[in-house]
Amino acid sequence: MPSSLLWAVDVYGRVYSLSTTGQQWEQCRHAHLEFKRVSAVQQCCWGIACDHHIYLNVHASDVRIRYQEETYENQRWNPVDGFSDRLLPSDRWQWSDVTGLTHQPLDSFQLPSENWEWEADWYVDENFGGEPTEKGGWTYAIDFPATYTKDKKWNSCVRRRRWIRYRRYKSQDTWAKIPSEQTGSLPDPFNDISCGGWEITEEPRGRLSLWAVSLQGKVWFRDGIHYLNPEGSVWEEVSTPGEVVQISCGPADLVWAVLWEGQLLVREGISRDYPKGSSWVVVESPSPEVGAIHVAVGVNVVWAVTKDHRVWFRRGVNSHNPCGSGWIGMVGEMVMINVGLNDQVWGISCEDRAVYFRQGVTVSELSGKSWKAVSVPRDNERSHSSASASSLQSAGCYFGGEVHLQSQASVLSDVDSEAEKATEGAPPTLEPDEAPKPRIPKVTSDSFISELVSDREGQIGRQSGVPDPQWSNVDLEEAQTHLTVGTVADSAETCSLSSVATYNLGLEEQYGADEHPLWAWVSGGGCAIDSHSQLNWFNSTTGLNSSMQAMSLSITPTQTAAWRKQIFEQLSERSKREMENFKHYEQAIEQSVWVKKGSMQWWRDWKPYKWMDVQFAVEQFSGAEGNKDGILFIYYTFNEEKKYLHAFINEVTILVPVLNESKHTFAIYTAERTKQRWPIRLAAATELEMHDWLALLSVSCCDSRGIHGPPSKQAIWSVTCKGDIFVSEPTPSLEASPYPMPCDQMFWRQVGGHLHIVECNSLGVVWGIGYDHTAWVYTGGYGGSFFQGLSSSTDNIYTQTDVKSVYIYENQRWNPVTGYTNRGLPTDRYMWSDASGLKECTKANTKPPSPHWTWVSDWAIDYSVSGGTDREGWQYAADFPASYHGHKTLKDFVRRRRWARKCKLTTTGPWQEVPPIPLSDVTILPCGLKNAVEQVLLWAISNKGDVLCRLGVTSLTPAGTSWLHVGTDQPFKSISIGGVYQVWAIARDGSAFYRGSVSAQNPAALSFPLNNVVVCICAGNLWYRQGVTPSYPQGSMWEHISNNVRKVSVGPLDQVWIIADKVQGSHSLSCGTVCHRLGVQPMEPKGQSWDYGIGVMRC
Amino acid sequence: MTLPTPIIMADDKDVLRDVWFGRIPTCFMLYPDEVTEREAEPFYLLLPRVSYLTLVTDKVKKHFLKVVKAEDVEEMWFEYEGTPLKWHYPIGVLFDLHASNTALPWSVTVHFKDFPERDLLHCPSSSVIEAHFMSSIKEADALKHKGQVINDMQKKDHKQLWMGLQNDKFDQFWAMNRKLMEYPTEEGGFRYIPFRIYQTLSDRPFIQKLFRPVSPEGHVLTLGDLLKEMVPAAIYEPKKYQVVIHGIEPLLETPIQWLSEHLSHPDNFLHICIVPAPND
Repeated sequence: MPSSLLWAVDVYGRVYSLSTTGQQWEQCRHAHLEFKRVSAVQQCCWGIACDHHIYLNVHASDVRIRYQEETYENQRWNPVDGFSDRLLPSDRWQWSDVTGLTHQPLDSFQLPSENWEWEADWYVDENFGGEPTEKGGWTYAIDFPATYTKDKKWNSCVRRRRWIRYRRYKSQDTWAKIPSEQTGSLPDPFNDISCGGWEITEEPRGRLSLWAVSLQGKVWFRDGIHYLNPEGSVWEEVSTPGEVVQISCGPADLVWAVLWEGQLLVREGISRDYPKGSSWVVVESPSPEVGAIHVAVGVNVVWAVTKDHRVWFRRGVNSHNPCGSGWIGMVGEMVMINVGLNDQVWGISCEDRAVYFRQGVTVSELSGKSWKAVSVPRDNERSHSSASASSLQSAGCYFGGEVHLQSQASVLSDVDSEAEKATEGAPPTLEPDEAPKPRIPKVTSDSFISELVSDREGQIGRQSGVPDPQWSNVDLEEAQTHLTVGTVADSAETCSLSSVATYNLGLEEQYGADEHPLWAWVSGGGCAIDSHSQLNWFNSTTGLNSSMQAMSLSITPTQTAAWRKQIFEQLSERSKREMENFKHYEQAIEQSVWVKKGSMQWWRDWKPYKWMDVQFAVEQFSGAEGNKDGILFIYYTFNEEKKYLHAFINEVTILVPVLNESKHTFAIYTAERTKQRWPIRLAAATELEMHDWLALLSVSCCDSRGIHGPPSKQAIWSVTCKGDIFVSEPTPSLEASPYPMPCDQMFWRQVGGHLHIVECNSLGVVWGIGYDHTAWVYTGGYGGSFFQGLSSSTDNIYTQTDVKSVYIYENQRWNPVTGYTNRGLPTDRYMWSDASGLKECTKANTKPPSPHWTWVSDWAIDYSVSGGTDREGWQYAADFPASYHGHKTLKDFVRRRRWARKCKLTTTGPWQEVPPIPLSDVTILPCGLKNAVEQVLLWAISNKGDVLCRLGVTSLTPAGTSWLHVGTDQPFKSISIGGVYQVWAIARDGSAFYRGSVSAQNPAALSFPLNNVVVCICAGNLWYRQGVTPSYPQGSMWEHISNNVRKVSVGPLDQVWIIADKVQGSHSLSCGTVCHRLGVQPMEPKGQSWDYGIGVMRC
Repeated sequence: MTLPTPIIMADDKDVLRDVWFGRIPTCFMLYPDEVTEREAEPFYLLLPRVSYLTLVTDKVKKHFLKVVKAEDVEEMWFEYEGTPLKWHYPIGVLFDLHASNTALPWSVTVHFKDFPERDLLHCPSSSVIEAHFMSSIKEADALKHKGQVINDMQKKDHKQLWMGLQNDKFDQFWAMNRKLMEYPTEEGGFRYIPFRIYQTLSDRPFIQKLFRPVSPEGHVLTLGDLLKEMVPAAIYEPKKYQVVIHGIEPLLETPIQWLSEHLSHPDNFLHICIVPAPND
């Protein structure tokens, strides 16, 4: 798990963050202001400062936020000037957008705010649809608007070219003020803010919802926030049935708000098209007498706090029923609650103002188990001690009145004159010599408040730091009453400063100023933890102590500790001493045969194919050279005759788990069976049993081949279409000439973890990418997953998660009477089906791909289908099966839409996440460098299409240190590094790009053997680039090699490996076959033929 | 192109293997006073350090029975330099305790008469060894997990542990034993460390007390901490004593929890021998 941050604001308005891997609160140094509230999400944190402006803190990333502005220059040909900017009066503007309708000259482009900067000046884009254009970037057409070509023809009367310029968001890791001119229309400052909504849409734009509440109780929605526009564009008012105090927005479509009167509002109708939602529904306060003052929502949870500080949990909340069904009172008294990622919950206790974490919140138990105080020190613990007790107390006073003030304020702010009267009626004892319009009672040397005061009033500084003696004596109830009466006048303003909270005055005395930080607000929206996360936040004696331990650990990793080294050395010395000279002695215990037996089901070899019950046995014994060996037997009955089938363990080439919802099966391949494409398929009764067998067989296979410990650095890595990871140790005979080892004899063993893509080089640097685009780096361990105990290393095994979507299709046919309905023709496909239409897949019967996956979301319409969709996600066609388009025409009689549901897998393996940028492709320089500290070239494509180069990757630090963003004009989809440091990449529009000698300053580059194989896959066809030579590395032309190719990889010695589909075996067809190109020679770089290896059936 | 040699980092799992496959070359000789029909040849054997004498000496018995008069045969027992060897201690412990720093092979004398009733337990069959072994495992688990792990196991799992030891099947044994070595991460170790400390120069059979792997303050406790509490002399007179586990001398700063997990015998106890240092 990469670290993420929990944000909090203390009662002095100082902003702190606590890392999930850290053990102390770090003060946000960039904040020269005090803050009232913050609302964090993973990529940024919003806050309201005491100057009432909204600030945004975008976390720094290796990939800068970069926005492409474009405009078109249009020209028309005339006989006199040729092409010139003299256009016809009916023509478009000389400078326009792509449609020609908007006039936009270069100088009309302004930076949206002072937080942006231009990257460079305007330049002409010379790439046209993936192909380079002539100099100048002009594209020609007969007339506007028309189809443009890159070639000038005799009838080309107009031409245009595209100018582009990039602007960058520069305010990273600092609090950037959101320009106030946009908020100019707002009548009053903001009081509360809540950010969320990133799960409303799957769009890669990364849209966010930001809700805010103004002092007058109005609700505002910030429109247009997405990845490329982090600040959003405009505030839009959202009308409400009453005045709102506080609002909370979850990661998905839940938005709840609290009214002054204590009821709650639920926003309904929030969807992809209407992130603002459509209407409010009122939900009564949990307790009839006491109104709510605070609400916090997650994906499927709502928590509320009432004015008596009681905490409530809302039952039955989900996307379909945002209102939930009922309240449950929870233990604990809190001033506020915040719900973060994974519906994890934080609160600030009303008793000691500490931040509490709700333990045991899981998908099945959303209300969690108990509160646990986060007790870690702050980084500035010492400096804090200077804060005087009196200021603390006055802060206490200050917070003391809020709740009641708020409850009154709606009345008061409406009728100003009444408020005045109320002030006059206040008991004089409280504020005997205040000015007629006091803003804050008895304040204070505290910087937070004084700044607030000076900001707005500028005249209260004269107050003494000594708290009014009455305050420390009266009990809370009374104090509040007094305050309510006494300070009504300043209500509106005072509340604005508040966290919705009451600070218990009576208790404060027992804590010295520095024993505990006093928190006012916490936000866990960016804090990626779940109930399994290991946190070091709670060890109370402690924080310091354990952080010391953590430090000492990192300085002396246990692996290199002297004691461990000593044991390893002495043990091997002992073995030498006691055994070396006595090898001829007889062993006391004869190595007998060890047999493990069990009942299984076997997919029989003959027709009709079916599962039949068999007895399965593995016999292990010591082989000739001390290697263990074994045989596996399958005993079955055929025609009432007992028969058996066997395989030698040392001939097994791979064991593949094949999980589906009905059976726990695995396949055993030998070289012979690989040729036949017909493995031994077995099913165990339970998943556990299957894993036991797989682990045992795997250990036996490795033992018989003498393979122990982690894969070597030269190992060949591969992933199956299910995401399982396999590794094979290369032998010298693999590339032997002229008779290389056939690749169906390669032995593959499984390594724990789950990946979509894996890339390695010969230095042991191995990277992978998950289905959810998370980048992973290999840690050097082995095992994990179901490999427990001996077949797994103790170190270097970490939790790995992956998320992917399962898709089903809803199909409809049009009929003249009722329009589109779910009644099809008898010949039609299922109305709910898979993509092919052949298999029925309903929402209810569709299960995750295997028992390892669990649903983590509900079914949702998927709009990101190729071909486009209408607003409801439908795609239309004349008939099934056909090509679909995103809008209805007269000829369309059928339509379909895709539904997606996310599922998640959690496993373990020797992989560590490389946060934070999600990747779609990665490549590592295949040539091995001899020196371990030298940089290994590693390039990647982010899931947004950014081209990235990883810095600091060596064989000792395979994860590297940071990304270097290589600016490009268009998004990329694929990348590969060949020898001599050539980088090839393919853009999303299909154009291939070449970047020569990326590390030319490194003279070592010249001494490497030339790799002259460049291959590329396009639509399943494998192409070879001809004529690639050192002097002309771009090559000259593409040559077709093979079709049905899914993935290709070129090794340091120009070995070519592919994953091919549709390979014919003697028994069946397989897809996803590992193939090795034979006969790749310096003189014949294309090679001669493919050698087929292991393949996975049915993927 | 030559490929760089991979750096091999030893793994903790290798320690388990080394411990399990530790062997002591032993020369069995018949006690000269035994009445024989002809001269008895010595018998050479590699004894597993983690096993028990009476469990692995069937071959020895068979060898010497060929020459000993059948009517003189009583229960076989072993002795080293005058000390009867307790079969219920692991072989490695017997060797480290009595014969470390001596020349190999280890010369063990075989007796068929005059069973030293005061010093040794009878061992009529291997079921006695099994009972002893299983009770040790249960005792150890009572210390480590209040006995919860061993009690949750089925009869066949217990059998697997025993069969693993009896047949020298490392994988078979550890497939089950790893469950006994688990502990909740947040606790940092077992409840108590099952250990026994043997001293050559002591009348007590061994020291066994309650000892936790982590101090109340949260510090990881080490072998040194254990000895300081149990046998202070071993710490304060390091020249005089050697602390031997499985024939090696771990550093005193080795965490006791790690030792318990990796250097325990199959009976799940950490057997520590304190022997006089050789005077050289």
